[in-house]
Amino acid sequence: MAEYILEMKNITKEFPGVKALDNVNLKVQPGEIHALVGENGAGKSTLMNVLSGTYPFGSYTGDIVYNGEECRFRNLHDSEEKGIVIIHQELALIPELSIGENMFLGNERKGLFGINWDRTFHEAGEHMRQVGLKEEATTLIKDIGTGKQQLVEIAKALSKNVKLLILDEPTSSLNEEDSRMLLDLLISFKKKGMTSIIISHKLNEISYVADKITVIRDGATIETIDNAEHNIDEARIIRGMVGRELSDRYPAREHNVSDKVGMEVSGWTVHHPLYTEKKVVDNVSFNVRRGEIVGFSGLQGAGRTELAMSIFGRSYGSDISGKLKIDGEEKELKTVSDAIKAGLAYVTEDRKGNGLILAESIAKNITMSRLEKVCSKGIINIDKENSVAEDYREKLRTKTPSVQQSVGNLSGGNQQKVLLSKWMFADPEVLILDEPTRGIDVGAKYEIYCIMNDLVAQGKSVVMISSEMPELLGMCDRIYVMNEGRMVAEMPAAEATQEKIMAAILQSDKQ
Amino acid sequence: MNVKTFIKKYTMVIALVVVFIFFSIWTEGKLLLSQNLSNLLLQNAYVLVMACGMLLCILTGGNIDLSVGSTVCLIGAIAAQLMSKYGMNAYLVICLCLALSLLIGMWQGFWIGYIHIPPFICTLAGMFLFRGIGRAILGSKSVAINDETFLNTFASYINIPGLDEETKWSAFIAGLIIACILPVVTFLSRAKKKKKGYKMPSALSQYAKIGVIDLLVIAYAWKLANYKGIPVMALWVLAIVFIYAFITSKTAFGRYFYAVGGNEKATKLSGINTNKVYFLAYTSMSLLAGLSGLLIAARIGSINGDTGNSFEMDAIGSCFIGGASAYGGSGTVGGVVVGAILLGVINQGMSIRGLDNNWQYVVKGAVLLIAVIFDVVSNKKTGKAG
Repeated sequence: MAEYILEMKNITKEFPGVKALDNVNLKVQPGEIHALVGENGAGKSTLMNVLSGTYPFGSYTGDIVYNGEECRFRNLHDSEEKGIVIIHQELALIPELSIGENMFLGNERKGLFGINWDRTFHEAGEHMRQVGLKEEATTLIKDIGTGKQQLVEIAKALSKNVKLLILDEPTSSLNEEDSRMLLDLLISFKKKGMTSIIISHKLNEISYVADKITVIRDGATIETIDNAEHNIDEARIIRGMVGRELSDRYPAREHNVSDKVGMEVSGWTVHHPLYTEKKVVDNVSFNVRRGEIVGFSGLQGAGRTELAMSIFGRSYGSDISGKLKIDGEEKELKTVSDAIKAGLAYVTEDRKGNGLILAESIAKNITMSRLEKVCSKGIINIDKENSVAEDYREKLRTKTPSVQQSVGNLSGGNQQKVLLSKWMFADPEVLILDEPTRGIDVGAKYEIYCIMNDLVAQGKSVVMISSEMPELLGMCDRIYVMNEGRMVAEMPAAEATQEKIMAAILQSDKQ
Repeated sequence: MNVKTFIKKYTMVIALVVVFIFFSIWTEGKLLLSQNLSNLLLQNAYVLVMACGMLLCILTGGNIDLSVGSTVCLIGAIAAQLMSKYGMNAYLVICLCLALSLLIGMWQGFWIGYIHIPPFICTLAGMFLFRGIGRAILGSKSVAINDETFLNTFASYINIPGLDEETKWSAFIAGLIIACILPVVTFLSRAKKKKKGYKMPSALSQYAKIGVIDLLVIAYAWKLANYKGIPVMALWVLAIVFIYAFITSKTAFGRYFYAVGGNEKATKLSGINTNKVYFLAYTSMSLLAGLSGLLIAARIGSINGDTGNSFEMDAIGSCFIGGASAYGGSGTVGGVVVGAILLGVINQGMSIRGLDNNWQYVVKGAVLLIAVIFDVVSNKKTGKAG
């Protein structure tokens, strides 16, 4: 038997404009639980997608050696044949089908004519017993809770003869009790010789369950920490996750924060649009002054995007309550159109899904939120539209042969500039930028930062939501920290450190 | 512009030319007779009118309206009964019918836009509903229309005494006037752009295009002049086509249809009321279906329970053949007109040859499939389709 069950050597994976993984190495011994930690976007999920064949051989460089042989997976099926099974954060179960049907989806227990249902449900029952799931195999997925659904996924993996189980954030949607059960289940599998890789943000869980911890940062492996005693200090992991130097990656700015408050939100509560009893944002208050950049830190799912969108003309959530003042005046923004008129702009984190019309030209995208500015009596002055677009192209240095180009043909950074142009054209007083630099390269990031500095220099207020802590520290005047829908800390950027922010999040987790 | 982009941009125009030449030869020139060319327009008037409305629906995301054929029947039936049975004034009938079709559109638009009933299902229901009501109103009979005013409003020819004798010079003169106006308008718009320093397309390509269009207009005007002159129905069709071409290409209102089809979420987050966009698309669609009902009633002179059967398919087919995307978000009125004429030429050519009706369906189906495959495959390359 090889010393390592899995060796990933010098894995490099590039997306258009971004290097997601840069010479990453990962070594996993048989029968261990190996944890993969890192900030959002550090490259953990990408690495696992390379391993499972979601990104096929040839789309990355480097070698994968599994059980002593080099593997070239072309798809998920290839890796599953070898016993590597990945369970994604978003569960891949079909709610309207039963547990048994889901377990053998694509891998049906066939009889002479069609599916052998007796065998399907019998075998499903056996796998369910192995994971301690007490349900009937004929129960529909939608009728069981997320904790049990997670168990179904694991049972499904067992049905595929799993040797190496990969779990991407398995406990992110589970409560304390279910999480503990799941982790104990992993430990019991380990005793039977199964190897697992677990990706998680919850450091206490990792410390409890993992034998080795590999830290990934900015697409590169930083270190592998031994945790055989299961008593590692969380601060030690955090240091590995965030410990990087800040050089001049952020343009200098004169901090001219005025006394005038641009936007003030108090007691803001938002409920989930479907599960209306669930609070997504819980009694949040904050303000942003004119000429100020205020940062919002937190993990994914902390409720920051939901907060921003619910403020922006109630474009998210139900049963929204709280007070909103813009320039000291109380406003009730019922629609996005109201919000734009009140001088608010929300630049989405999902530029392809929620921000831009990819098949349309740059010019048409830019004018969309305030089309009336290039219209007279409802008729578009197309020449004026094009010249406006041309102005923004020059101002933001968008790289494109022409403003007639479809946005879909641009790189991520340039798409982001078009999105910013669109909202700058709307001429807002308060801009909410949600992950404005996600998925774009360092050069384009710098230019986006410069644009933000210009905006506050003009006396506008900027709210920046970001999962990259260094970026918040480098750009903001003040930082709010959110966790699980609540505001858990506020600190001047000058006093803030990544450790302080992380600690604020983790402490609130324990409460 | 190189050959490849030219072909890509004008695929359907090229297809139309090829099909037209093919049928001209196949029918031994009969397709080119004045009477046939005049009828080509009249027989397809309803398709052209409805396809304009259908384009707006399709732009919102490949959504279609299945109920238009039935709306044609219902509105035609009401018009016929009001005039034949109650002898109501023709103009009053026209106004009433258009108002009613607007109501039908608002009914469907409300369910689709504000209650989010899938358009396919909502309009399928409309298809049964309106057909049934239409037939009930007709009492399962064919009802003839004899009101002169009504027929003249939609189905007569322009005839200026003294000018129009054997040859209807009014048609030819109208053609000449249009042919003169086009280059002048182009020249003025270019001059304006130049003055303000805006970018403009090359003079050669723009004037060449105008030249070709001018030739066609004059040739067609000559053909009309040699038959019965300008059909009034042509004016109705031209008016609708121009209004819709203007709305879709020049107005903010029209832009929203493209935006919703391109990315509904982004459109919503840009402060645009997307519900209203759907509502208006279906409202305008039924209004045009109602107008088509009146055009058909006047042209045929009677309405029966099967009037308008499968008209929705002609309108939908024209849009897709004319390059509207099956995913929404792209398509032009110009393209739709080309698509409608292409279908019309195929129909007419095959009728002249005396080919069986059944085969016409086969050919139409094949053309539609090829056009949509072309759209999907070329979109895949540019990365729009899944």
